[in-house]
Amino acid sequence: MSDTLLWYTTRGAGAVSLVLLTAVIVLGILSALRVQAAGWPRFLTTGLHRNLALMTLVFLALHIVTAVVDPFTHLGWLTAVVPFSSSYRTFWLGLGTIAFELLLAIVVTSLARGYIGHAAWRLVHWFTYASWPIAVIHGIGTGTDTWSAWLLAITVICVVAVVAAIGFRVTAGSRDPLKEPRTTFQAAAQRRETR
Amino acid sequence: MTRLLDGRDLALGPEGLAEHVQRLGPLPAAGRSFIDVLVRSGLSGRGGAAYPAGLKWQSVAAQSNGTAVVIVNGAEGEPRSLKDRLLMTKRPHLILDGASLAARAVRAKHVVLYIGEEHHAARESMARALAERKDEERRLVRTVAAPARYVAGASSAAVHLVDDGIATPTTAPPSAHERGVDGAPTLVQNVETLAQVALIARTGSSTGTLLVTVAGGVLRPGVLEIQAQTTVAAAVELAGGASEPPDAVLLGGYFGTWMKAANAWGLPLDHDALRARGLSLGCGVIGVLPSSRCVVCEVAGIMRYLASESSAQCGPCFFGLRALADACTAIAERGANSEDLQRLRRWSAEVSGRGACHHPDGAVMFLQSALTTFPDEFAGHRAHLRLSA
Amino acid sequence: MRLAVDRIKCDGHGQCAELLPELIRLDDWGYPIIARADVPDHLVPMAQRAVAGCPVLALALQQRTG
Repeated sequence: MSDTLLWYTTRGAGAVSLVLLTAVIVLGILSALRVQAAGWPRFLTTGLHRNLALMTLVFLALHIVTAVVDPFTHLGWLTAVVPFSSSYRTFWLGLGTIAFELLLAIVVTSLARGYIGHAAWRLVHWFTYASWPIAVIHGIGTGTDTWSAWLLAITVICVVAVVAAIGFRVTAGSRDPLKEPRTTFQAAAQRRETR
Repeated sequence: MTRLLDGRDLALGPEGLAEHVQRLGPLPAAGRSFIDVLVRSGLSGRGGAAYPAGLKWQSVAAQSNGTAVVIVNGAEGEPRSLKDRLLMTKRPHLILDGASLAARAVRAKHVVLYIGEEHHAARESMARALAERKDEERRLVRTVAAPARYVAGASSAAVHLVDDGIATPTTAPPSAHERGVDGAPTLVQNVETLAQVALIARTGSSTGTLLVTVAGGVLRPGVLEIQAQTTVAAAVELAGGASEPPDAVLLGGYFGTWMKAANAWGLPLDHDALRARGLSLGCGVIGVLPSSRCVVCEVAGIMRYLASESSAQCGPCFFGLRALADACTAIAERGANSEDLQRLRRWSAEVSGRGACHHPDGAVMFLQSALTTFPDEFAGHRAHLRLSA
Repeated sequence: MRLAVDRIKCDGHGQCAELLPELIRLDDWGYPIIARADVPDHLVPMAQRAVAGCPVLALALQQRTG
């Protein structure tokens, strides 16, 4: 396989992964906010969120495999799982490894949700908000010498989309109509002393 | 024949240990075999559900291997009920005897006294009584304050508070006797039931009496110890008689049944007899509503209370009871129309059975009994004239 | 197979009613009313999707008892 082809596949698959991951996060936030419209039921939002997450892993796998196999980068398979273990662009690649592993943990716990329970699943899911920015920084860092307008545009759009979605989430507040009355009641029903 | 309230004059303070032992004899040593005596006595629980005490003890004992927990339920969340507080304040040693027997019968590791945080006299009395007991008993016991909420008296809420520090009901299964505090089989028993147990251990049978609280339009409201099967009319007479001719009687507290006073008088106060008639004695509150008070307004007020006492864990209960209470209040304040009554019927059907505990079911049954017993009062209600101060 | 809702976990997301409208509808406040708890055989796959799709894992499919 030609080296240039591998190189372009790595970068292409990486870009697609970022776009997919961005879509996954936006859909996840829309899910939590219970957004729906005529003809677009909520299970579509969550269904797409899950399916695109699995697709992201597929493109991530392609991105990682082509990067490791590429003779130009001198990466061993270990660099895919041990962060900061490559000599080639140690720091930026290390970030990529971290982002990948966080994502893997999130997907695995989601698939095993029925076994680990809602609370544990939710805890790991929060790592999304770490995985995505690390992936973005990884993308910017590893692409500095071959930066193109394309990639810049894609990165900017992704960042704007996620920042907007997070802004939306933060300002919207909880969509659970029982959250406040439940908290109020629990405060009144708590143990205050024991003898 | 012994009664729960025999002994020291009720106007005086609590009966101390010496007097208690002198009157009734020492607490019999009894272990697991006592459960058979309890089953034979046919004692049913006095917390409201009237579940046979012996059977409950059997299930807990069967699962316990020295790990069980006994919760002495003196929370008395029903606002108009006074019997549990009376027992704790005046006859604490009956309760502690019963708790000790329970702990030995089910081989419990801990005993928890669950007493309302605002019921100070009861807590003080139980604490003082506990201090008089033997070390081996005291070692097992601790006191936990029950929050002043209606649902805090429910078994699963009691277990939840002792376990996790919050008195909200939990989903059953599992129920307390299977997995309760710390996952151990837990016996939650009302204080009146335990007081009866103390007497059963000495005489072999229960007193044949029960405690009721007569409240509302009577001359001497308060707690009465009555023979089982005593009629409602006789109980009201014992409470001094009605202060003015009553229209309605509420039997069984806020989860109970409304009925026309004329229909209530002849009813026997006995769990089984009432259950056969589709009624429930609950925790024994007999509410007498004088004719000068309006049933519709009274019902609306109680519905507002029950709605505000929802633990807000389940949507149908929190929103449903609030909607029902608002609709009742609207009827009380501006009069009824057919839409209001239709909505009451629809929401009642939708709310029932859709909570994790029985709170919404009890509230709906309370409302339904009012609607079926007083349909004209609801349909034709007009806003009352307000007298200016 | 029977449908069962954990009423305390349920937060009224309503996805179960979207996925299984034959058996589940929502009340005035967005919480599920299970009109028929017994799931007919041809609806079991959709019921399984509804169970997996609940964001808080409040819906469960249980073996019929007895």
